[in-house]
Amino acid sequence: MTALDEVKIGGLGASRLRVEDQRFVRGRGTYLDDIKLPGMLYMEIVRSPLAHARITRIDTSKAWQIPGVRLVLTGEMMAQRNLAWMPTLSYDTQAVLATDKVRFQGQEVVVVVADDPYIAKDGCDAVEIDYEPLPAIVNPEQSAAPGAPIIRDDKPGQTDNTCYRWEVGDREATERAFAEADVVSSLKLHYPRSHPSPIECCGAVADFDAGTGKLTVYMTTQAPHIVRAAVALIAELPEHQIRIVSPDIGGGFGNKVPVYPGYVHAILASILTGRPVKWIEDKTGNLISTGFGRDMYLDAQMALRRDGKILAVRMHADTDQGAFFADAQPSKFKVGLLHSAFACYDIGIGYITAQGHYTNKAPGGVAYRCSFRVTEAMFFQERMMQAAATDLGMDQAEFRRINLRRDDAFPARTPFGFLVDSGQYHKCLQVGLDAIGYDQFRREQAAAREKGRLLGIGISTMTEPLGAGNSREYDILGIKMFDSAELRVHLTGKAILRTGARTQGQGHETTWAQIVAHELGIPADDVVVEEGDTDTAPYGMGTYASRSTPVAGAAVSMAARKVRAKARKIAAHLLEVSEEDVEWELGRFYVRGAPERGASIQECAMAAYSNMPDGMEPGLEATAYYDPPNLTWPFACYIVTVEVDPETGVWDVLRVVAVDDCGVRINPMIVEGQIMGGLTEAYAMASMQFQTYDADGNMIGANYMDYLLPTAWETPGFELHEVVTPCPHHPIGAKGVGECAAVGGPAAFVNAVIDAIGDAGVRNIDMPLLPDRVWTALQTRQSVSGAPPVGRS
Amino acid sequence: MYPAKFAYEAPRSIQELLDLLARHGDDAKVLAGGQSLVPMLKLRFAAPELVVDINGVPGLDHLTEDPDGTLRVGALCRHVTLERSALLAAEYPVMAAAAPLVADPMVRSRGTMVGSICHADPQGDWASVLMALGGHIVAMGPRGKRPIAMTDFVVGPFQNALQPGEFAYEAVVPPPVGQRTGTYLKLERRVGDFATVGVAVSLEHSGGRVVRAGIALTGVGPATINAADAADVLVGKPLSEETVEQAARLAAEAAQPQADHRGSVEYKRHVVATFVRRGLARGEVVAA
Amino acid sequence: MSFSKTVEITETSADTRRITVTVNGTPRVVEVEPRLLLVHLLREGLALRGTHIGCDTTNCGACTVLHDGNPIKSCTMLAVQADGHEITTVEGLGTPSELDPVQEGFHREHGLQCGFCTPGMMMAARALLDREPDPSEEDVRWALSGNLCRCTGYQNIVKAVLWAADKQRGAQPAEEDAR
Repeated sequence: MTALDEVKIGGLGASRLRVEDQRFVRGRGTYLDDIKLPGMLYMEIVRSPLAHARITRIDTSKAWQIPGVRLVLTGEMMAQRNLAWMPTLSYDTQAVLATDKVRFQGQEVVVVVADDPYIAKDGCDAVEIDYEPLPAIVNPEQSAAPGAPIIRDDKPGQTDNTCYRWEVGDREATERAFAEADVVSSLKLHYPRSHPSPIECCGAVADFDAGTGKLTVYMTTQAPHIVRAAVALIAELPEHQIRIVSPDIGGGFGNKVPVYPGYVHAILASILTGRPVKWIEDKTGNLISTGFGRDMYLDAQMALRRDGKILAVRMHADTDQGAFFADAQPSKFKVGLLHSAFACYDIGIGYITAQGHYTNKAPGGVAYRCSFRVTEAMFFQERMMQAAATDLGMDQAEFRRINLRRDDAFPARTPFGFLVDSGQYHKCLQVGLDAIGYDQFRREQAAAREKGRLLGIGISTMTEPLGAGNSREYDILGIKMFDSAELRVHLTGKAILRTGARTQGQGHETTWAQIVAHELGIPADDVVVEEGDTDTAPYGMGTYASRSTPVAGAAVSMAARKVRAKARKIAAHLLEVSEEDVEWELGRFYVRGAPERGASIQECAMAAYSNMPDGMEPGLEATAYYDPPNLTWPFACYIVTVEVDPETGVWDVLRVVAVDDCGVRINPMIVEGQIMGGLTEAYAMASMQFQTYDADGNMIGANYMDYLLPTAWETPGFELHEVVTPCPHHPIGAKGVGECAAVGGPAAFVNAVIDAIGDAGVRNIDMPLLPDRVWTALQTRQSVSGAPPVGRS
Repeated sequence: MYPAKFAYEAPRSIQELLDLLARHGDDAKVLAGGQSLVPMLKLRFAAPELVVDINGVPGLDHLTEDPDGTLRVGALCRHVTLERSALLAAEYPVMAAAAPLVADPMVRSRGTMVGSICHADPQGDWASVLMALGGHIVAMGPRGKRPIAMTDFVVGPFQNALQPGEFAYEAVVPPPVGQRTGTYLKLERRVGDFATVGVAVSLEHSGGRVVRAGIALTGVGPATINAADAADVLVGKPLSEETVEQAARLAAEAAQPQADHRGSVEYKRHVVATFVRRGLARGEVVAA
Repeated sequence: MSFSKTVEITETSADTRRITVTVNGTPRVVEVEPRLLLVHLLREGLALRGTHIGCDTTNCGACTVLHDGNPIKSCTMLAVQADGHEITTVEGLGTPSELDPVQEGFHREHGLQCGFCTPGMMMAARALLDREPDPSEEDVRWALSGNLCRCTGYQNIVKAVLWAADKQRGAQPAEEDAR
C-alpha cells in the first residue's frame, strides 16, 4: 500500500482552494448587517461635533415624538444604571455615553432606537445639545505642557494628562556604551495615526430574551470570548447566560477587538425595549471613534563603532492614547511589544522608556495589523538603521550584514527580554538583494542621478514576535493568552473542529482542516471548521496580532494528536496486536513488519462507535488548550525601488520584493495572500493613508474622501520569495505571518524615497510621504514632520 | 447614510420639468447623475423639499457636433460617454484628458458633465475644462434658453448662476478657430481623490501662432479659477519657452490655494506652474 | 394566499411610490419611500444581502451592482430611480449549478479573503468583461479602481479577472488545480 499524498488530501503545503469562497462568491456570507431578527429595532448614535467641551443641555423630547422612535438613551439614563462608564482592556475607564463632558470629536452622546435606521437618523437630527467648547489637545506636547487642561478630570487623583509610564532595559549599561561610542546616530519621527478601516464597519445585534434570561449578541468581534467576559463584568449578567456570536467578518485588522460603547448601548436597548436591537455604524463613526493604530513619537539614538557594529540603542516613545486608555494588549506591556525592536540584530545593550498621553482624540493605539505595536518598533528600527548607515558612510545592505544575528547565534536573548529562537537572516537578506538586483540598481541609480532623475532603493529587515503568548508573561485583563481546539471525529471518519480563534479572512476554515489532514490523514475536505460562537467554541483569546497559527493552530495539532493516540489504541484492538507493534503513516496504522495489515483512520473512527476495546470510552474526540512556550519569530526582508519626480514630489514604486520566512507554510497560497495584503497596507501608510487633526481637534480622515486607501490602480505589484526556517517549538514548525508585511513593509518604502532624495539634510519625512512633503524636503533640504495640528502654516 | 424625507417627481418631458421648477423654485433640486446630490442627501448636507429626477426626460443626453464645429453636451451626457468618445479623442484633447480623471469608473457611469459643473465644487474637473475652452452653459427656463458664459457661471463655492425655475440644458464648446491642443493634468494621490491641483490648458493654433488660449485651475481657490492673464500672454504669437514661463508664473499667481493636509500654499502654486509648463510643452495626459 | 402579500401598515408608513424594478431577470413590484437608497431596497426590501455597504461617501464600491448592464454604486442611487430598469446583483451571477467565470476565477486565484468587497468587485469585473473580453492587466486595474479592498492587495484579484477572461474566451486558463 502506498501512503497518502499529503498535498493531495489537503495537508501541509497544499495550496488548497478555500472553503469559505463557496459562500462569499455567491454573496451568501452572513455578515453582521445581514442578520435580521423578528421585531428588530435599529440604533443610531448622536456624536459630539467638538473635541473637548462641557455639555450644558441635552433635550431629546422632539426625538421621542417622531413616529417610530422607540427609545432615546442619554448618559444620565446610563448613569442611573451604573453604565455611563465601563472598564477598558487597559485597566482604565471609558465613557459609554457622555454625561457632563465630551473628550473627543465623535464621542457618543445620545442613542436613538427606532423601527428603521432612516427614522433613527431622523430622531438623531431632532436631538438638541448645547456645548461649551474647551481648548482641544491634539498631540503629546500640548498634553504635557504646564497648565494644559486636565482631560480626565473624571479620574480621582489625575493631576495631569499622563496615561502611563514604562521602561525596560539597562539604563546604566546603555549610558556607558554610548560614552564609548565612536559615532552616535539620532533619529526622531512621528508614526502617524492610521486606522485599520476594514471595509465592513463595526456593529452588533443584541437580543435579550426575557423569557430565558439569555442575552445573545451577534457582534463584529475578533475575540468573542473576551467580549463575553467583558459583558459579564460590565453588564453584570451571568456568564452562562451570555452568548456572543461572531458571524462572518468583513475584515478585522485589530479594529474589531475592543469593546465599543455601541455594543453596550445595543445591549441595554434590547433589555429595555424587549426587542432585538441592531447597531451598525457608518464609516465616519468607524473612522472617528474606533480603535486606530500608531500615533507614536519616537526619539532614539544608536551607539556605533566605526567599523559598523551597533553597541547599544536608546529609545523614548511618546504615545497619543486619545481620551481613554483602551488598548487591547497584554497587560504587562503598556506600550505593547515596542521593545521587540532590534531583535534581529546582535545588540547586547539597550534602554527604552515610554510615556502615554491623554489627548482629545479617539481612544486606541494598538490596532491595525500591528502585532501589539511591533509596527512602530520595526518601522523605527529600520529607519534608524538607514540613518545610522548614512552617518557611517556605509552601504545599507552591508551595515545590516554586519549586525544581523548569525545562524548559529540562536537561541539569543535580546536586551529587552525576548528570546529569539531561530532565523536565517543573512540568507533572507541575500535572497532579497539578488531578487532586486541590488548592485545593478545602485549603478542605475548613479547614472540616473547624472541626468537629474531621482531613483531610490529601500531595505527593511526584521524579525518580529508573533503568537502571544506564554502564560508567564502574557495576559489580557488577567486572562492568559492560550488558545484552544476541539476535534470530534464522526463514525464515518468525517470530523468537526472548533477553535477559540476567529477568522476574518485568514482562511481558518481551510487551513485548520489542513492541520488535521496532516496529523490524521483525514482529507481536509472531510473536516468542517467552526469558530465564533461562545456557546460552542472552546475558550480562546481570538484572532489578532497574528497569533492564530502559532497558538490556535498549535492547539489544533495537539488535539489531533490526542485523537491519534486514542485511535492507535483502537487500531491495536482491531489489528489484534499490542500497541507497541503499531506503526503510523499518514491516514493509517499498520503492524510493524507486516505493513499490509492495517487499519485506516476511518476504520478506527467507525470502531470507536461500534467496536471499542474493553474498558475504553466510546467516541473519538479531544480538546486541547495550548499555552505557547514562546512567541514565534518569523522574519523578512522587504526591498522597494522608487522614482521621485523632483518637480512635484510625486513618487512611483518601481518594484517591491518581499522575502518572508514564516516557518512551515500550511497553505502557501493563503500565506502569499496575507503578505500581499500586508504590503498594500505598508504602501498605503507610506504614501497616502493617515488621520490628523487641526488645532480645534477636528479630525481630518473621518471619511473615505479624506482617509485614502489605495485602489488597484495605485497599488504596485509584488514579487514574493520565501525562506523556510521551521519554528523549533511549534508542533508543525509554523510561525505567524499575517502582519509581517504591514510591520516591516512601511520602512522599505520610506527608506527608498529618502534614498532617492539622497541628501543628508533630509533625514526624515514623516509618513505618509505625500507629494508636498517630499517636495518641501527637496526644496528646503530639511526633514519634514507630519505631526498634528495640521493647517498651522 | 440616510437621507431626510423629500417628495419626488420624475418628469417625462422638458415642459413638465419646467413646470415643476416654476412651481417649486428653490425648494426643488434637480437630480441627474446623482453622484454629487445623492451623497449630499445621505449626509443631510442637502435637504430639499422636492427632488426632480430628469433621467426620464428625452432629448437631454446628446453629445453632438454642429456643422460649424460647435460641440453640445446635454445635461444627461454621462462622464463615461465622454471618456469613451472617439470624437473627443480625435478633436477635443482637453476633454479627452479630463474625462478618465473624474472620480472612478462607477461614478462615471452615472455622473454627468453638466451636473458636475452645476454642482460648482471648486474641486470639480469639468468646470476648469469648460472654462479653459471658453465654453458656456445653456440655461433653460420659463422664458426659453439663455447662454451663461462659464466665467460667469460659478458665482461662489457650490453656487451657480442659474435662476429659480431654470435648469442647465447643455454645455457648449465654441467651434475652433485653429488646431486644438491641450490637456488636463491632475495631481491626485489616488483615483477618486479630490485634486490637490488640477490644471486645464487649451490652445488653438493657426499659422504657427496661438490664436486662442485658456487656462483654468481646479482645487486652488474658493471656486474654479480662470487664469485669464496667463492665457493672454500666449495669444498672438508662437509658443516659446519665454511665453510658457510667463504663463506658468501668472497662473501660479492667479491661484488662491489654502494650506491644508494636501500641501502648503507655496507647494500648490508651484504645482500649478509645473502643470502649466508641462501642459503647454507636451499636451499629454499625466495623472500624477 | 402568499405570506408576502401581507404588509403591515404602521404609523410610520410614509408617502411611498410603487415602482417596478427588474432584479436578476425578475420584475419586482415594490412600494418605497423616495428617500430609500437602492442598496437598501436590495438588501432589506428584497432580502438580497450579497450587495454590501462599506462607506458613506460613495468611495468604496462594495455596493456595486449593474444598472442596465453598467456598473454603478447602489448606495448612490435612489430606489425610485431604478423604476423601469434592470438591476443585476451578485445573486444574479451564474446559476444554482454553475458559477459565473468571474466567480470561479476569484475562487481559483484566491482573489478574496474576508469576502466583503467581493460581490462589488465581481460585478465591476463582470461589467468589464461584458464590454472588453480580452482586457490587459492595466484595463483590469483601471476598471476596478472604484472598488476598495483591504485584504488582498489586488494582485490576485487581477489574476482572477484575467482567469475569467481566459475561460470565457475558451482559452486555456492557467493550471486547473491548486498550485
